[in-house]
Amino acid sequence: MPLLTVDELTVTFAGRGGPDTTAVSGVSFTVDQGEVVGLVGESGCGKSVTSLALMGLLPAKGVTVGGTARYTGTGTDVDLLTLRRSALRDLRGTQLSMIFQDPLSSLNPVVPIGVQVTEILSRHRGLRGAAARKEAAALLDRVGIPDPTRRLKEYPHQLSGGMRQRALIAMAVACAPRLLIADEPTTALDVTIQAQILELLRELVDDQGTALLMITHDLGVVAGLCDRVNVLYAGKAVEAADRHRLFADPAHPYTHGLLGSIPRLDAPRGERLNPIRGSINDRIAWEDGCAFAPRCDFYTPQCLGGAPPLADRPADGAAAPPEGHLVRCVHPVHTTAEATEVSR
Amino acid sequence: MSKTTEKIDRLAELTTRTTTASGGSLWTEALRRLRSSKMALVGGTVMALFIVIAIVGPWVAPYDPTAQTWRDEVFTNRGVFIGPRGDNWLGLDHLGRDMFSRMLVGARQTLLVGVVSTVLGFVVGALVGGLSGAALAFGGKAGQRLDTVLMRFIDMMLALPSLLLAVSVAAILGQSLTTVMIAVGVIQIPVFARLLRGSMLAQAGSDYVLAARALGVRRRRIVLAHVLPNSLGPVIVQTTLALATAIIEAAALSYLGLGNPDASQPEWGVMLSQAQRFFDAEPMMAVYPALGIIITALGFTLLGEAMREALDPKLRS
Amino acid sequence: MSLLELDDVKVHFPVKRGVFFDRTVGHVYAVDGVSLTVEAGQTYGLVGESGCGKTTLGRAVLRLNDITAGRVVFDGTDLAALPSEEMRRARRRLQMVFQDPLGSLNPRQNIESILAEGMAAHGIGATREERRTKILDILDRVGLPASALSRYPHEFSGGQRQRIGIARALVLEPDLIICDEPVSALDVSIQAQVINLLEELQDSLGLTYLVIAHDLAVVRHISDRIGVMYLGSLVEEAPSEVLYAEPRHPYTRALMSAVPVPDPTVEAGRERILLRGDLPSPAAPPTGCRFHTRCPWRQPERCDTERPVLTDMGDGHRVACHYAAEIAAGTVLPTRDLAPRVLRDTDDTDGTGGPSAPADTEGTGGAEDTAGTVPVQKPPPAADPQETPGTGGTPA
Repeated sequence: MPLLTVDELTVTFAGRGGPDTTAVSGVSFTVDQGEVVGLVGESGCGKSVTSLALMGLLPAKGVTVGGTARYTGTGTDVDLLTLRRSALRDLRGTQLSMIFQDPLSSLNPVVPIGVQVTEILSRHRGLRGAAARKEAAALLDRVGIPDPTRRLKEYPHQLSGGMRQRALIAMAVACAPRLLIADEPTTALDVTIQAQILELLRELVDDQGTALLMITHDLGVVAGLCDRVNVLYAGKAVEAADRHRLFADPAHPYTHGLLGSIPRLDAPRGERLNPIRGSINDRIAWEDGCAFAPRCDFYTPQCLGGAPPLADRPADGAAAPPEGHLVRCVHPVHTTAEATEVSR
Repeated sequence: MSKTTEKIDRLAELTTRTTTASGGSLWTEALRRLRSSKMALVGGTVMALFIVIAIVGPWVAPYDPTAQTWRDEVFTNRGVFIGPRGDNWLGLDHLGRDMFSRMLVGARQTLLVGVVSTVLGFVVGALVGGLSGAALAFGGKAGQRLDTVLMRFIDMMLALPSLLLAVSVAAILGQSLTTVMIAVGVIQIPVFARLLRGSMLAQAGSDYVLAARALGVRRRRIVLAHVLPNSLGPVIVQTTLALATAIIEAAALSYLGLGNPDASQPEWGVMLSQAQRFFDAEPMMAVYPALGIIITALGFTLLGEAMREALDPKLRS
Repeated sequence: MSLLELDDVKVHFPVKRGVFFDRTVGHVYAVDGVSLTVEAGQTYGLVGESGCGKTTLGRAVLRLNDITAGRVVFDGTDLAALPSEEMRRARRRLQMVFQDPLGSLNPRQNIESILAEGMAAHGIGATREERRTKILDILDRVGLPASALSRYPHEFSGGQRQRIGIARALVLEPDLIICDEPVSALDVSIQAQVINLLEELQDSLGLTYLVIAHDLAVVRHISDRIGVMYLGSLVEEAPSEVLYAEPRHPYTRALMSAVPVPDPTVEAGRERILLRGDLPSPAAPPTGCRFHTRCPWRQPERCDTERPVLTDMGDGHRVACHYAAEIAAGTVLPTRDLAPRVLRDTDDTDGTGGPSAPADTEGTGGAEDTAGTVPVQKPPPAADPQETPGTGGTPA
């Protein structure tokens, strides 16, 4: 039984005087215990809305959420999307946690870090006074904040960006959550600090068996961290696979195109990149066909027969069809073995 | 060949279906958003009604607002007042004048005071604020000094309680309608000056101003063509809000007896001030002008808020 | 031929405080002595993390910031000494592309007005028609339709806006374009379009670029020469290929190892130097070598007292490190108290194991001390240390 099973998640925003916008249209994936699952995509793909929907943080007004998100934790088996707000709030402190992109706006600017951490400890773990302060210091120490007892008395603005993100992670893991949702946790940080934070997340997963749902636009981060990757485009998952598979043999033209667009530190210089043409604005509605068709190099009229299903990747010649490699495409790309070698 | 084009056409057609049409300059878009706002509709209706009354009031008023036609029916010393009745829809005031006619005719004076004083405050305030902002952002050391001098002066004005300032101005200039307008205008100056200066400084620090400098655009053009037009949004919003406060301030000055010396001329603030002596016996005499002021001020404020929302680039979809 | 030469450029911002009279209470040493040369027709890449002064330096070249000291020699003229009107005119030949494509376009101007503005400021094109012809030609070059002329910035997508920003610079026919984070605000698939466009324009128009970015992979892709900045000064400068193959400065090595590579196999086996701590404040930079507070290779005395200068180590590879040669030769070894993880992903401090990859099993794991102060051994410098797991000898 997976820890989290998201099934056909759909989020629609009511248009203000215009047509409604479907930000997420039928996204399904699972997160197992201790697993790191990535949701990758560019702006407007629906990855952040997905995470907000799971945490029940979307505004109640003007938003319609469909589908189910079954969470099976210790002694709980609930649908996160229909759970009462108060029950969700309790769950959010103890079993689910979230880390956001901007650590400064996620922390209360007029309350010392220590108070913000101990507040969580007293609310969810019943720790008070000196015990709570001691535990808070231990938490900060664990996420790599030097001199934690002094830091507890400081305000968010006195910490650097990396330190704030660490403090936020400390708060997120204060109650040893089973599932951590990280929404672009390193996007606002410098690379050397990003490396520190990714290392910290990796340790948390390894040491505590916390499952991590990693939401990012950075395929490099995904390559280093995620076990399983879901690639999102225009509100739908277009490809899902184990990370080694995905990077070695991307099947969806979009994934393929993304990997071709990224300048790599370890690739030979002097070659032009292969960008995907157009922008996310050049898309068609999923009901009409594949949303990626207008930007796709492999487009044929067959692509206009409604949204293709997210199905097992077809077998590649003699090889057996790979397990668990799903793709939403009428004619997936086959990266040959030689091509894979070259791209490395 | 034709098949290929056909296939591409179909794709293009489906693509355009998902892209929402938007066009025009920021002002056009703001206007479009304003039109679809309920707040703007209510505020605009109130304002339009007020302006129409102010213009046509003297012609449609059923009676002469200054004539004490029913003087012998009202006995203030015995507490005998005449409330609403068939001939006088809002009753009579303490001198036996028709309240309804006075309200209609008074709207014009009220609007005049509000508009003239706000325009005065806007023009002087924008001049000072614009000069100050431009000097600080682009004038180097000398500009910094000019800004400091101007802003300390504005700070001094802000430090005085606004009513006290208005009373002082009124005391210097003597009692007249013009005095009220100038006095109320003067207390609006610092608000406009501060607002425009702040807005200009924010714009001066923006990337497109940096880009214009990098292009080699002259300073004067940067200020006039880039910084100023983009700084005006909040100031325009402030104008509608200022209209509302100007009407209230003018009423306050009239109430304190610093308004139009010809007390027979109706003006909502004057009416309110005259009604206070008889508040115990006939509260409705105060309620009508007060309601008029409140509704008008609310109308302007609503319109101002709606404009603020329409002009806010962050809210653009 | 060098087109742009910076000679010991310093930009210090005064920190002011006071109620009535502003007293200068200190300085932010944003750029503190940078010398570099940009060759005509080439691309010079400037990398560094936020707060390293790269953006300030880029703006200083155009004198958008005041230059505290030093010379900015552009095509034989010292821009730092020009009177302001002459500097304004000189900007025709030096243009800039900004990070935020929307923020750098005036929202109330349509595209034609945006593009014509610089031409008007420099008296290019006698008539409106003449300017329009020029603008249409440039629009075509950057891949925008003629119908864009009458539209406004908010009607375009991020990538198109950046094309407008590039077109605005191009209409003046500049010699040098300073690109300040030209792609970092864009989506990945769009980044590649803009990078390719910049490269194509360079080929067809013979442009010279100074590209400022935090993304090492992007910079390496488009630059011929790269300078790495840390806290206001250059710590290393080398031809693009050389810098990647043999990073000599400890900071460059750490930076390079921190850039994620979109390939799980490579990721698992990479050299990883995890720096501890954050960038010190540029208002109070450390004494001696600016990097010594975070440097895993720090040596006693000299590193925190004497500021290293950029020294040529051959082939135009300049490094500002006292021990660059010794580190390359393997005689100076890193310590773990400044970087919990140094070099290969092999150390395993608490027995839980990192993200497992076959490469983890090789190497020096057994030789290490968990206390964290014992030097970690590293592979010999002859082999390219980052290439792939399995290459290069392991000293275990």
